[in-house]
Amino acid sequence: MLETLNINLTAILPEILLTALALCVMALDLIMRRGASRLVLGYLSIIGLLIILPVSCVSVIDGAFYGGMVKADGFSAYFNAIFIIAAIFTILISMDYLKRVNINKGEYYYIVLFATLGMMVMAASNDLVNLYVGLELMALSFYVLVAIRTASSKSVEAALKYFVLGALSSGVLLYGISFTYGVAGTTNFTEIAFQARRVTILDPYLLLAIVFIIVGFSFKIALFPFHLWSPDTYEGAPTPIAALLSVGSKAAAFAAFMRVFLVALPVYQPHWSRIFWGLSAATMLYGSVVAISQKNIVRMLAYSSIAHAGIIMIGFLVTSDMGAAGVMYYLLVYAFMNIGAFTVVTLFIRSSGRGESIRDYRGLAVRHPWLAFVMSIFLVSLAGIPPTGGFTAKFFILSSAINAQYYWLAVIGVVSTAISLFFYAKVIFYMYLSEPDALTEGTAGGAAGGADRDLPIMSSATCNIVLVAAAVGTVLLGIYPTPFIDMAIKAVKPFFLT
Amino acid sequence: MIELAWLIPMLPFTGAVINGFFGSRMPKKTVGLIACLVMAGAFIISSSLFIKILSLPVDQRSIEVTYFTWIASGAFHLDIGFLIDPLSTLMIMVVTGVGLLIHIYSVGYMHEDKGFWRYFAYLNLFVFFMLMLVLGGNYLVMFLGWEGVGLCSFLLIGFWYEKKSASDAGKKAFVVNRIGDFGFVLGLFLLFWTLSSHGVTSLDYKTVFASLHHIDTATITVITLLLFVGATGKSAQLPLYVWLPDAMEGPTPVSALIHAATMVTAGVYMIARNNALYAMAPISGEVVAVVGICTALFAATIGLVQNDIKKVLAYSTVSQLGYMFAAVGLGAYTAGVFHLMTHAFFKGLMFLGSGSVIHAMGGEQDMRKMGGLHKHMKITSVTFIIGALAIAGMPPFSGFWSKDEILWEAFEKGHTIIWAMGLLTAFLTAFYMFRQVFMTFTGECRADRHTQEHLHESPKIMTVPLIILAILAAAGGIVGISFFEEGTAAHHFLSPVFEQGGHAAANVGGHVAQNGEALHGGMEAILMAVSVAAGLCGIFLAGLLYYAPLKKYAPSFWRPEVIAAAFKPVYALLYNKYYVDEMYDHIIVNPIKRFCGWCLSFDLGIIDGIVNGAAWTTRLWAWLLHKFDIYIIDGVINSAATFTGYNSGFWRRLQTGRLQNYALIFVIGLLIIVGSALLG
Repeated sequence: MLETLNINLTAILPEILLTALALCVMALDLIMRRGASRLVLGYLSIIGLLIILPVSCVSVIDGAFYGGMVKADGFSAYFNAIFIIAAIFTILISMDYLKRVNINKGEYYYIVLFATLGMMVMAASNDLVNLYVGLELMALSFYVLVAIRTASSKSVEAALKYFVLGALSSGVLLYGISFTYGVAGTTNFTEIAFQARRVTILDPYLLLAIVFIIVGFSFKIALFPFHLWSPDTYEGAPTPIAALLSVGSKAAAFAAFMRVFLVALPVYQPHWSRIFWGLSAATMLYGSVVAISQKNIVRMLAYSSIAHAGIIMIGFLVTSDMGAAGVMYYLLVYAFMNIGAFTVVTLFIRSSGRGESIRDYRGLAVRHPWLAFVMSIFLVSLAGIPPTGGFTAKFFILSSAINAQYYWLAVIGVVSTAISLFFYAKVIFYMYLSEPDALTEGTAGGAAGGADRDLPIMSSATCNIVLVAAAVGTVLLGIYPTPFIDMAIKAVKPFFLT
Repeated sequence: MIELAWLIPMLPFTGAVINGFFGSRMPKKTVGLIACLVMAGAFIISSSLFIKILSLPVDQRSIEVTYFTWIASGAFHLDIGFLIDPLSTLMIMVVTGVGLLIHIYSVGYMHEDKGFWRYFAYLNLFVFFMLMLVLGGNYLVMFLGWEGVGLCSFLLIGFWYEKKSASDAGKKAFVVNRIGDFGFVLGLFLLFWTLSSHGVTSLDYKTVFASLHHIDTATITVITLLLFVGATGKSAQLPLYVWLPDAMEGPTPVSALIHAATMVTAGVYMIARNNALYAMAPISGEVVAVVGICTALFAATIGLVQNDIKKVLAYSTVSQLGYMFAAVGLGAYTAGVFHLMTHAFFKGLMFLGSGSVIHAMGGEQDMRKMGGLHKHMKITSVTFIIGALAIAGMPPFSGFWSKDEILWEAFEKGHTIIWAMGLLTAFLTAFYMFRQVFMTFTGECRADRHTQEHLHESPKIMTVPLIILAILAAAGGIVGISFFEEGTAAHHFLSPVFEQGGHAAANVGGHVAQNGEALHGGMEAILMAVSVAAGLCGIFLAGLLYYAPLKKYAPSFWRPEVIAAAFKPVYALLYNKYYVDEMYDHIIVNPIKRFCGWCLSFDLGIIDGIVNGAAWTTRLWAWLLHKFDIYIIDGVINSAATFTGYNSGFWRRLQTGRLQNYALIFVIGLLIIVGSALLG
């Protein structure tokens, strides 16, 4: 029972515009003189994204299009907003970062746009094949972006690891998709759900398919034990790209999870939620515990990001509109607070490698009170302390777990949050209560030595825009969450109607 | 005009933000200008709002404005909104009007302070919270303001935090207020909890007042008493008044604004606002009135023997607040709020006057070292005396009308004991106030030569607010004079707010007029005469003691030293403020400190041991997992590589096939999940 090929250009207007934008930037890059600064491409991308953001928010149309492959509902609009905000922030901080590490490549910008496009396709897809295409577009873009510092072997190493393991996970995912097709005879979510409701017993091959799909996406979300790439990759990748990876690609994979499991396979909830239960609990504990012993701030944020993914997972696996809306809200908050924290980290990074150690943050409040202040906001929010968005988001997720009677998971979530406070507070402690370490200041800079004592932190206008916007967003979402959570609840309502 | 109401608190808030963030980099002139301009703006909007309310028909004078929904959870809705009615407009008039004058005065008073910008940021912030408190349309917004003014009070008392006594006083105010607020919060919770069990899930005043019939008398008595506990903290009533005298450590304009004119009256406002609740709980009303009048008398007796110019005013404030509580406790809300207003004028005036004196004396606050200041500072002296006449209840000054109304209400309602205590307080008030006037402004100057040479009148920026406040203190009583048979202008304006309370307590002026005006008119005149006589008596006795031209007529036993010697124990008791602070220290503070010491040792010995143990275990666990990551996962093939140092480790690990390990773990994870899924 194939649906008619329902063509509607408005439904995919944001995607069309983004493709056009990316191609435009690409063409310009080719036309431009070799040595000319590519910053203008960054500005062009930002302006374009700023136009696409409202377009994607309003182009919400009922129904499925293009043979039931694409949806343009409130759900995809909400995720699109997260992706586009993350992309804008990333490009803004990249412009400053690229200048500092002496990279003048136009492809950086349009590949970020392509990655964003991949995420948007994932969130909007209503079909496994379409989903896979989006995923690969995103993943391939990221492989390139992680490796963009070709002069740095660390960057190349990170990209290689990410690529090989990513290919493995893609293979597993494809395997799962083909099993699904084999059992259900279709890759369309709506039709899979229809088939599943007819046959109530779970086919063991379908169970296998479910496991493979879970593992395939768990890699992108960096759930334990499929997280191994992420600390290495975050560390080796350009820091803004690490920010986009931790926010955008995770959000996209969560969107995919929600589409696949809440729309296509809700019938088998008892089966898949058990697997997610274990993954979530292990990930939360592992991420927050291992983060404690990290000395490098990017690695710490990588493990923190793993722990956050575990907590977000709770909201998804309880299968309630409250929980699903909590996931979306959490990802929105996470985009603000995590990119905010990464922005401060980016400002620290020098080509000499200095500024990556948590110890370098000692006495920051004295030297750069503004950076220390916003960093504290982000860390407090990541730790889930009111009145920040991080608190409200955790609150929604954990209360949905309690409502759905997942008490143990809620307890583990609270415990992991409590543990995480330790390493977030450590950075705040260093910034405000420790004296700047004269030794590290002088020696770690190596040859540059005293000359660039205060150089690492040249706050640029673009970074300040991101810092202000992210801080305002983080606090605003903390004290006035109602409209955003309402939007999310409205967006996921259709998933729970049947 | 109503649409602009949100600007009234937001303007001072903007001022606070600008001065707080950028003030340190701006010249003092700009800081002062910004602070005063936002206040002027707020005052102008408040005035037009006031006129607007006056122009509306009486039954339309209560307007609810909702700005946005802050929290919406199920049936529970929490809006940020204002209730604009005669009571709140009168309050914002007082807050912005007196506040503006005090801001202007402060520009002169604080001009040499290095924390100038900090001072104005706090002061503006205070006004913001105070306006939220009185404008708020539901309990939560009121509570926000209630806590906010407490915070600002704490910040401003301890403004000169380098001084230990100042930071201690700030702490004391904070802690004592917390005790009161604890009761207040309990009261709010109980109110909300009781109402929500009847399906009322709103904290709006109007909704709450409309659904009070759900609550039984016992519960409402408990609620109102708990709320009153909050009021005793904020408004310095027995037994929580102890912080206010210490609060005089703050800059003098702060004492005028926060600790005389506005914040300390928040408790009176709160009870007046909740008149519907108190009307249903007669016992609470009695308690409020009795506590109020006892405080009034108690503080007045302490005021008799204080020598610090600001301490006298502080105890007098406690005493006058007692009057207000006596009034609202008796259900005479209009009289209480009326006295609140006149008190803001004359006490604000006297505090600013004392600030002017202290300014001239180079920081000296001991009245025994003053004297004869009238010669040097005529404006300060005349305006201060006007304030003193007002507080002493001399006609036609404002204090006469409002105090007289409270006493009359007490008498008319049959509370003769309260009336008598109030009368006695009035007598004492007149006495200690004029003791202060005579000691400060008349006679020979007792200051040292250096100070005497520097005596000067304060600059215009300080004297002009004094003059304006003096005019208000003199003429502010006009709204309380019975022009009409059906009651005074103040009654006329405020009574609709108190209708719910009024029906039960039968307090409005109109009601009085119905019961045979002639008899009451006569009685009222006699009582007026009695209270004026008491005031005159007080002034005269003070004059005999402290005013040189009168001193010579005094009998030989009527000298301060002689009296003090004759009643030595009483004098010592009063001088030491009934030893209440010492008693609190002994009964409460020290045992708590001892308990804290004990807890500390328990904490250090046992809890820390447990916590450290837990932390140690966690760290061990983290360490183990970390090692798991490094050795088992990374180092299966080449564990030696990890030992060769952090940097080289990166490259080695890549070459030693770390990636394969990752892939291996990946596949193992996959197999475990497949296995468990198929088996489970």
